[in-house]
Amino acid sequence: MGAYQAFTALLLRDLKLGFRNMGDLLNPLLFFLMVVTLFPLALGPEKSVLQEHAPAVIWVASLLAASISLDTMFRSDMEDGSLEQILLSPYPDIILVMAKILAHWLMTGAPLTIFALLLSVLLYLPGEAYLPLLGTLLLGTPILSLVGSVAVALTVGLRSGGMLLVLLILPLYMPVLIFAISAVNNAMRGLSVAGEFYFLSGMLILALTLAPFATAYALKIRMG
Amino acid sequence: MLGPTIDKFAAPKNAYSVACTLSPWFAWISILLFAGGVYGGLFYAPPDYDQGEAYRILYVHVPAAWMSMFVYVVMAGAGACGLIWKVKLMDAVARSCAPLGASFTLLALITGSIWGKPMWGTWWVWDARLTSELILLFLYLGYMALQSSIDDRRTAARAGAILALVGVVNIPIIHFSVEWWNTLHQGPTVTKLDEPSIHVTMLIPLLIMSIAYTTFFITMLMVRLRAEILDQERNTTWVRELVLGGTD
Repeated sequence: MGAYQAFTALLLRDLKLGFRNMGDLLNPLLFFLMVVTLFPLALGPEKSVLQEHAPAVIWVASLLAASISLDTMFRSDMEDGSLEQILLSPYPDIILVMAKILAHWLMTGAPLTIFALLLSVLLYLPGEAYLPLLGTLLLGTPILSLVGSVAVALTVGLRSGGMLLVLLILPLYMPVLIFAISAVNNAMRGLSVAGEFYFLSGMLILALTLAPFATAYALKIRMG
Repeated sequence: MLGPTIDKFAAPKNAYSVACTLSPWFAWISILLFAGGVYGGLFYAPPDYDQGEAYRILYVHVPAAWMSMFVYVVMAGAGACGLIWKVKLMDAVARSCAPLGASFTLLALITGSIWGKPMWGTWWVWDARLTSELILLFLYLGYMALQSSIDDRRTAARAGAILALVGVVNIPIIHFSVEWWNTLHQGPTVTKLDEPSIHVTMLIPLLIMSIAYTTFFITMLMVRLRAEILDQERNTTWVRELVLGGTD
C-alpha cells in the first residue's frame, strides 16, 4: 500500500465512522441553527436590521460551530488507541493527518457551508451577496479545520480539553472572520471583493502548508 | 565547540547559580534606570504642545506595549530551542515568560485606556493597535491555560512551544487583518493621535524607560526561572542539599 492509498483508506474510514455516528455529524449543524436563531430574537425581526447583520451572524455562528465540532477530530481515535496505531504506521504522519483533517472538513465544514446558505435566506441576505458568502465559506472553513487541528492535537485527552480548545482557537480564527465578513459586506455594497479573496486564499495556502506539520508533531508530543 | 559549552551552562544547577548571581545586579540596574526614566519623563521632558502633561503616561505605556510583543518572541524562541535542542532550561525560560508577557500586555492595555480617557474621551476605542494588543493578551492566556492543564512538565513545555510558534506565525496576520478591519469599519470620527516626530528631550526618557523595562523583565525572568528550576529539579540531590543546607 502506497502513501496515496493510505491517505484514501484513512479518509474513507473516517467518513464511514462519521456517517455511522450521525449525532456527531448533526450536532454542530443543530448548534449552528440555534445560534443563528438567537440573533433575530436578540436584534428584533426587522428585515433591514437582520439583512445588515446577516454576514456577521452567519460567520460568527460558523466559527463557533466549527470550534465546537473540532473536539471530535481525534478524540475517539485517541480513546480506543487507534490514533497511536495510525501514528506508528510506516506512512508519513503528515499524509495521515491531512486525511483526518479533510475528513473532518467534509463532515463539518462542507455541510456547514450549505447550511449557512440556506440559513442566510432566513436573515434576508441580498441576492448579490450569496456567491461571495459561498466563496468565503469555501475558503474559510478549511482554514478553520486546518488551524483547529493543531489546537485539537494539543488538547486531545485533557481534562478540560473542550473548553480549553475553544479558548486557544478563537484568537487564531479572528483574521478569517475579519476578511470573510469584509468580503461579504463589500459585495452587499457593490464593491470589489478581490482583495479579501486573495487574502483568504493566501491564508488557506499557508495553513495547508504549515498546519499538518504542526498537528502531526503535536500529536506525537501528546502521545509521548 | 559551542555545544558542550551551552550544555554546561544549561545544566540546571549552573543555570540556577548564574541566575542567583545575576538577578540582584539586574535588579539594581533596573531600579536606577527606572529612577532616571521616571525623573526624565516627569520633569526633564517638556509638556506636549497638544496634550499638555497628560502625554507623560507614554513613558509607562509605550515600553509596556513594546515588551508585550518582545516577550512573546522570547517565549516562542525559547520554546523553539527547547523543542529543537531539547534543552530543559529553555522550557523553563518559555514557561517563565508567559505570565510576565501577559502582565506587560495587561499593563499596556490599562495604561492605554487611562490615556485614552482624556485624549479620546472614552476608555476604549476599537482601534487597530488596541484590538491586536487585546488579542495578544488572549494568546498569552491561552498559552498559560494550556500549560496549566497538562500535568507532565515536559509534555506541557513542548505543547506550549508549538502553540507559541503557531502564535508567532499568526501575530503578523492578526495585526494586519485588524488594521484592515479598522480602516474599513472606522470612519474619521476618532481623532487618533497623529504621532509627530518625537522631540529628542522626550525621546531620551522613553529610551531609558524601555531599557529599564527590559532589565526589569530580565530580573523577573531570572527570579521566576530560579523557582522553575527548583521545582523542575526537586528530586535531585543538589536541590535537596541546597534546601536542607539552608535549614540546618
